[in-house]
Amino acid sequence: MIHARGLARTFQTKRGREKTEVVAVAGVDLDVAEGEIVGFLGPNGAGKTTTLRMLTTLLKPTAGTATVAGHDVASDPVAVRRSIGYVSQSGSTSGEARAGDELMDHGMLYGIARRQAEARGRELFAQLELDGMWARQPRTLSGGQRRRLDIAMGLVHDPRLVFLDEPTTGLDPQARANLWTHISDLRTKRGSTIFLTTHYLDEADALCDRILVIDHGSIVASDTPDALKRQVAGDLIELVLADEQHVSEAAAQLGRLVDGATAEVDGLSVSMRVPHAPSEVPGLLRSLDGAGVALAAIEVRRPTLDDVFLTLTGRSLREEA
Amino acid sequence: MATTTTAELQATDAPSGNFVRETGIIFRRQMRLNLRNPAWIIIGLAQPVLYLALFGPLLEPLAAQIGADNAYTFFVPGLLLQLGLFGALFAGFGLIGEWRDGVIEAERVTPASRTALLLGRIGRDVALLAVQSTILIGVGYLFGLRASIVGMLIGVVITVLVGAACSAASNALALTVKSEDVMAPILNSIALPVLLLSGILLPISTETGAPGWLVAISDLMPTKYIVTGIRDAFAGDLATAGLVWAVVWAVLLFVVGLWVGTRTFRKENA
Repeated sequence: MIHARGLARTFQTKRGREKTEVVAVAGVDLDVAEGEIVGFLGPNGAGKTTTLRMLTTLLKPTAGTATVAGHDVASDPVAVRRSIGYVSQSGSTSGEARAGDELMDHGMLYGIARRQAEARGRELFAQLELDGMWARQPRTLSGGQRRRLDIAMGLVHDPRLVFLDEPTTGLDPQARANLWTHISDLRTKRGSTIFLTTHYLDEADALCDRILVIDHGSIVASDTPDALKRQVAGDLIELVLADEQHVSEAAAQLGRLVDGATAEVDGLSVSMRVPHAPSEVPGLLRSLDGAGVALAAIEVRRPTLDDVFLTLTGRSLREEA
Repeated sequence: MATTTTAELQATDAPSGNFVRETGIIFRRQMRLNLRNPAWIIIGLAQPVLYLALFGPLLEPLAAQIGADNAYTFFVPGLLLQLGLFGALFAGFGLIGEWRDGVIEAERVTPASRTALLLGRIGRDVALLAVQSTILIGVGYLFGLRASIVGMLIGVVITVLVGAACSAASNALALTVKSEDVMAPILNSIALPVLLLSGILLPISTETGAPGWLVAISDLMPTKYIVTGIRDAFAGDLATAGLVWAVVWAVLLFVVGLWVGTRTFRKENA
């Protein structure tokens, strides 16, 4: 459904008289098969949005090729636009307009006749739980409703491929969970292929078959969420001790759980990555207790995409790039 | 294929058979939005009417001095052009709000022609301008305007051409700067000198006692010729060189405005 080879974009910036080239995307190869839900992950400035804008024909690549839904983005952008739906992060409707009018006009710009656009719009409103919102102004809708309206806008022409840019950013947990159901319905009920960008592990876990990680303008990993997390080599066990005198004893006991590993000590905190940590914790607690080590706290953390990202790139996902 | 030229990209973006339909969709959407919130239409119209009511009476005793038989027949053409220039010049502000709401980007991922996205918006400004011009002339008539019907029609057409040019330029500027804070000072710094140097309020001519240097500067303003031409038309002088120049300048501004506008809207990263 998407095939990109060496897709790159450089921007010219002027500082005083000097012209400099900024490489936003350095050469991305990616393939998305029909029916897949693929997550695109990377810190701000990694080239995520630039790549998305090239794939949706909003930006022309400076090098490389991309075929989207069977059409070349550079030589036939109009055919690409006809076959894709794009749900941007910044919304798609005027706050002052009527939601239903916006949806119909959008459909008509795809060449759909007025009457069909209205029928299709009403159907989408029902599917996306927007009943009764047809005559409302988008600015009076809740964040979740507005996001669902944006999704309806992206689906009005029944595209086979849907791009979603940070679909759940800024939504409360309930609205996010609700939106995930609607996004996965796109595939199960309509057979759509979905390409979405996200910052959240739980989102990728809940939705994506595969995750592409982009950093400094290149793809650094492409795998299932589980396989990516396995690369991190286990869950993190962190012990916080009640006093300093047993720190070395605790470190030694924790280190024994994995052959050849040593626990990290930081003040009163002792931590190490351990495969299958939940099943190791009961035994560990018993033997620490037996050795008279008093714990203030214990924490077991499953690897997050942030950890994955740190392992892959040596940087945290949350650092501003 | 490593890269694609801009020419190729534009070839596939050229107006198609659906072009008129797409322009119509954008136009109707814009009109609907404007009529839902007509504050700007009313403010745009209130200004020339205020000039008519509060400045017009001052011109009446000066009519003979500025070489006019009827102060309002002299003054309304200026106000007409003012409406065309400034109403449309500020139209781009609406586009910045739409851009922020993501509307422009949403429209740009549809297969619709990007030129249609601009023309539909210019159409809205032209339609509003035509209605405002008619009302202005009607109000002027109540104050004592007497003019040739054909001449007034020509005056409105010229105004609409200039308005379309300003609307295109304003929308292009809005799409380029994408910020009200940048756009407002640019427009204000253009608007005031144009207003003062076009002879909209008073004629700028040595015959009526204007200093030579001021006349020389004002002679560089296309809008001065346009005002003079509209005045000739209102007076019923339809065969003057002034009117010919007004038409020539209005058409030229129209063409240049549309060219700049479509160029900006079709630019890939606008």
